[in-house]
Amino acid sequence: MKQSLLRYLPLLLLAIAWEIVARFELVSTSALPPLTEVISAGVAMVKDGELISNGTSSLYRAGAGLALAILIGGTVGIAMAWWKPVNVLVAPIVEIFYPLPKSALIPVTVIWLGFGDGSKILLIFLGCMLPVTIGAFNGARSSEQVLVWSARSMGASRLRMLWDVVVPSAMPELLNGVRTALALSFILLVSSELIVAQKGFGYLIGFTGANGNYDAMYAVVLTVAFLGFAADRIYLQITRRALAWRD
Amino acid sequence: MAAAAQIVIDRVNHLYRPPRGREVLALDQVSLEVANREFVALLGPSGCGKSTLLYLIGGFLPVETGAILIDGQNVAGPGPDRGIVFQHFALFPWKTVRGNILYGLERQGMPKEEREKRAMDFIELVGLAGFEDSYPSQLSGGMKQRTAIARTLAIDPKILLMDEPFGALDAQTRGLMQSELLRIWQRTPKTVIFVTHDVQEAVYLADRVAVMSARPGRIKTIVDTKFDKNDPDIFKNKFFVEKVDETWNLVKEEAIKAQGKRS
Repeated sequence: MKQSLLRYLPLLLLAIAWEIVARFELVSTSALPPLTEVISAGVAMVKDGELISNGTSSLYRAGAGLALAILIGGTVGIAMAWWKPVNVLVAPIVEIFYPLPKSALIPVTVIWLGFGDGSKILLIFLGCMLPVTIGAFNGARSSEQVLVWSARSMGASRLRMLWDVVVPSAMPELLNGVRTALALSFILLVSSELIVAQKGFGYLIGFTGANGNYDAMYAVVLTVAFLGFAADRIYLQITRRALAWRD
Repeated sequence: MAAAAQIVIDRVNHLYRPPRGREVLALDQVSLEVANREFVALLGPSGCGKSTLLYLIGGFLPVETGAILIDGQNVAGPGPDRGIVFQHFALFPWKTVRGNILYGLERQGMPKEEREKRAMDFIELVGLAGFEDSYPSQLSGGMKQRTAIARTLAIDPKILLMDEPFGALDAQTRGLMQSELLRIWQRTPKTVIFVTHDVQEAVYLADRVAVMSARPGRIKTIVDTKFDKNDPDIFKNKFFVEKVDETWNLVKEEAIKAQGKRS
C-alpha cells in the first residue's frame, strides 16, 4: 500500500507544479486555471447533478458498446479459429477494417442512428470489436490438440468441447484484447460526444470550453482521465483473478 | 485368442499429410489383435507410427484403409470406452486436480454427490490427497501424470490407451509410476495399449510386446512377456533380463534404420 502510494508521488508533484504555474500566472489562467479551482468547479458540477447525469449517459454508451463488442467479437473470433468457412469469409473483412481509424466512422454512425445513444454505442461496438475478435481468434487457435482430444475421449460433444476447452484456452489472449478495447471505448466515446451529442462527458467538455468555462472543462477532462485509469486498474485485477490458474 | 479379441486391427494403412511437403506412409498393413484385459506394449523407434496407431484406436484420426474394431464395432470417433493418457499429461490447466478428475464424470452424467466421492477415491488411489485443490501448474511432472491417470481411470474405460505416459518424467519417478501402474492394473484389470520406446518398460509392464519397424511402421514381431511381475528383484531376474535382451536386439536394427533415414 505504502509502496503504491509512493509510486504515484510524481502525480502529486505534477499537481503542485500545476497549481504554482497557474497561481503565479506563468501561463494565462484561461489556458490553465489553478487546480484547486478546477476541483471546486468539479465539486459544484457534481452537486448540481450536471456531471453525474452526463457521466451516466456516457458510461451507459461505453458499457453497452463494449459489452456488445466482447460478446460478438469474442464469438466471431472463436468461430473463425474453429470453422474454416467462417475464417475465409470474415478474415479479409477484419484485415481491411482493422487499420481504419474508427473515429472516421463518427459521421457515418450519426447518419445511420442519429444524435442519441444509438450512434455512440454502434461506434464503440465497431471500434472495440476487432481487438477482441483478434485476441479470441489467436487464443482459440492456440488450443492444444491433446486437450481437445482429452475432452472428446471423456465424452464431450464437439460443441461442449468448444465451450470447455477452446473458450478457456482463448481466454488469456481474449482478455488482453478486451483491455485494448476498454481503452479504445473511452477514446471513441469522448471523441464522438465532442462532435455530435446533446449529453455525455465529451459534450460537456465541448460545451463548457465553448462558453469559456475553463475550470469546469478541466474538471470534466480530469474526471474522464480518472475513470479511464480506474477502469483499467479494476479490469487488471479481474483478469488476474480469472487467470490465477496460470502461475 | 482370435475369438476373444476385444480390439482387432486389420491391415491398417495410414498416410501422414504434412501441411507442406509430400505425404508419408506412416503405417503399412498393420494388423494386431488384443484380448480383453490384456496389456500390450507398442515398442519402436521414434517416428515409427506407434502413436499414430494409438490415435487411430482412440478415434482421434480417421481410419482410411483397413479396419479397427472394438468388440466387433468399427471405431467412429473418440469415446469414453477408450480412455487416453498422453505423454505431456494434457490436463486442463484452468481446472484443479479435483476439477480435472470431475470433468469426465460430469460428461458421463454422474450425479453430483457420487462423482465428488468417486473423484476423491481416485485422488487417494494415486496418492494425491491434500493436492486436490492445486492447479496443474503447481504440481511436479509425476503428480501431473498421476492426475491424468486418475482422471482417465475414474471414468472406468474398458480400454486404456497410454502414449509414452512416463516419457516426460525423470528416471526415479518413472520407475515408481511403472510399478504403480502395474499395481493399479492388477487391481482393476483393463485392456491396456501402451506406447513406449523404452524396452525395459515394455517388457516389465506388458503381457506382449509388439515390436514395430522403422517407418513405414509395421508390426515386426510380437514378443511374449507374460510372467510374474511381482518379483521384487524382477530387474535381476534371469528370465526378465533375457527377454529385455531379446527385445532390445529386435528394436536395435530398427532404431539404426530410423537413424539412417533421418540423416
